[in-house]
Amino acid sequence: MFEDVRDLYNAAILERGRRPRHMTKLAAFDATAKGDNPMCGDRVQVWLRYAPDGSIAATGFDARGCEISKASADLMVEAVQGRTKDATKAMFERFRAMAQGGECPACAAFEPLKPLAAVHAYPSRVKCATLPWHALLAALEGAGNATSEA
Amino acid sequence: MNDMMHSLDIAAIRREFPILSQKIRGKDLVFLDSAASAQKPRAVIQAMVGAMETQYANIHRGLHWMSERTTEAYELTRDAAARLLNARDRSEIVFVRNTTEAINLVAHSYGRAIMKPGQAVVISAMEHHSNIVPWQMLRDSHGIELRVAPISDAGELDMAAFEALFADGRVGLVAITHMSNVLGSYTPVERIAAIAHAHGAKVFFDGSQAVVHRRVDVQAIGADFYCFTGHKLYGPTGIGVLWGRRELLDAMPPWMGGGDMISSVSYEHSTWADVPHKFEAGTPAIIEGIGLCAAIEFVEAIGYPAIAAHEAALTEHALAKLSAIEGITLIGRAQDRGGVVAFTLDRAHAHDVATLLDRQGIAVRAGQHCAEPLMRRLGLDSTARASFGIYTTREEIDALADTLGRIREFFA
Repeated sequence: MFEDVRDLYNAAILERGRRPRHMTKLAAFDATAKGDNPMCGDRVQVWLRYAPDGSIAATGFDARGCEISKASADLMVEAVQGRTKDATKAMFERFRAMAQGGECPACAAFEPLKPLAAVHAYPSRVKCATLPWHALLAALEGAGNATSEA
Repeated sequence: MNDMMHSLDIAAIRREFPILSQKIRGKDLVFLDSAASAQKPRAVIQAMVGAMETQYANIHRGLHWMSERTTEAYELTRDAAARLLNARDRSEIVFVRNTTEAINLVAHSYGRAIMKPGQAVVISAMEHHSNIVPWQMLRDSHGIELRVAPISDAGELDMAAFEALFADGRVGLVAITHMSNVLGSYTPVERIAAIAHAHGAKVFFDGSQAVVHRRVDVQAIGADFYCFTGHKLYGPTGIGVLWGRRELLDAMPPWMGGGDMISSVSYEHSTWADVPHKFEAGTPAIIEGIGLCAAIEFVEAIGYPAIAAHEAALTEHALAKLSAIEGITLIGRAQDRGGVVAFTLDRAHAHDVATLLDRQGIAVRAGQHCAEPLMRRLGLDSTARASFGIYTTREEIDALADTLGRIREFFA
């Protein structure tokens, strides 16, 4: 009955949504921020620890939300590992472009996030996928809180 | 038409709603989101198009044929709304954009001019944000205390706790929903009004949901203010109604200034028009107002007894079907409830449920339903919600239940 949603609800997303690998609070962290989508009730918190060179050494998260937001957060953790703040921000811009448009230009370093490419065909769900990124960027900026406005 | 209405031939009623024959991704549309906004019957659509095609002009000011005809059509809506609510007089009907504007009008005008700092407003723990935030703004600007009457776990107003809120004699106004948009619970408006009045407070009911499903008689229930919005009552967006007792409206100052609401204007001093016009500054939603008249007449032609019976049967059917599905938790178990059923599914978040339902052509709402404090009270982040209208069928509810069972298997 649901074959037509397998593009978004694919094996990787269902697996990550069900059993996220990185959904844990870091015992020691340098930055944290919450993301909140007030229209739908999704909430996520991200914790970051930096390496001496300022790149991301470890990321953990807690999420109360749908499969898409949890899977996105879990994939995000792996995608940003070892990246600098600027590289992470650039990656988010590319991810957002993919989430909104479906295309993924220059995506070689982007493989972990590809399971979410089909979310562009579900416009009301794009915010679910980008919410953890808004929280991550808020943590990187020391902002504390973010909302998901895609 | 009339015979159809009296026998409540759902197939015939559905034919009055052109949108219901739409296919969504090749599947029949099953529209179970009427509590957010209802679909529009042909009579409403034609009234609006007809007005624009044959008699449109600005109202209340033109001296020409077009303006006179349009004014007449628009003012007929005031009569229809007065009839719908059993208002004592048509001048008690104030047109607003929606329920949110009605509540803001009362909070701004009655709240700031009639209420005194130190007085309290009582709301309930199952309000829509639109009946929370205006009172918070009043609290913060005017020193009014905001009190929240608790609800039981079943989703009913706790009447003992409600009455206890009046003990210090400082409550000036009660502003409470007539029917919860999440739980479906009706509130006992007559008792609420009696308790409020016994303690010298006024009562304001948010009828956004209730007026769609049951007959409202503002005089019989003892209301002081009542409001509803057109778009949930099969009418257009952009037009709603605030009803208030004439003596209260007379005592209240305007809340917006401009054209249409004045008696005379000079640079030194302006005087206000009488009610209701002093609350209707500027060119109103003329076409939408004319559409609302058609919507009210549509509802009246079917009749509230038939509407209420149909929706009670649907709700009972939905509660039985959904509660039989493993993993479904129904939210709210009020004795007196209308056609709104919120639920959670153990294996899937409400958004995922809504997306998969949508792929089968089934439209439900998912999320917090503009009632974040209520969701916290219930210990939930979000729910899915199916809501019913006059055009909803048992087969559509069966389709919902069947698909929910399959969604649960999908997320196994």
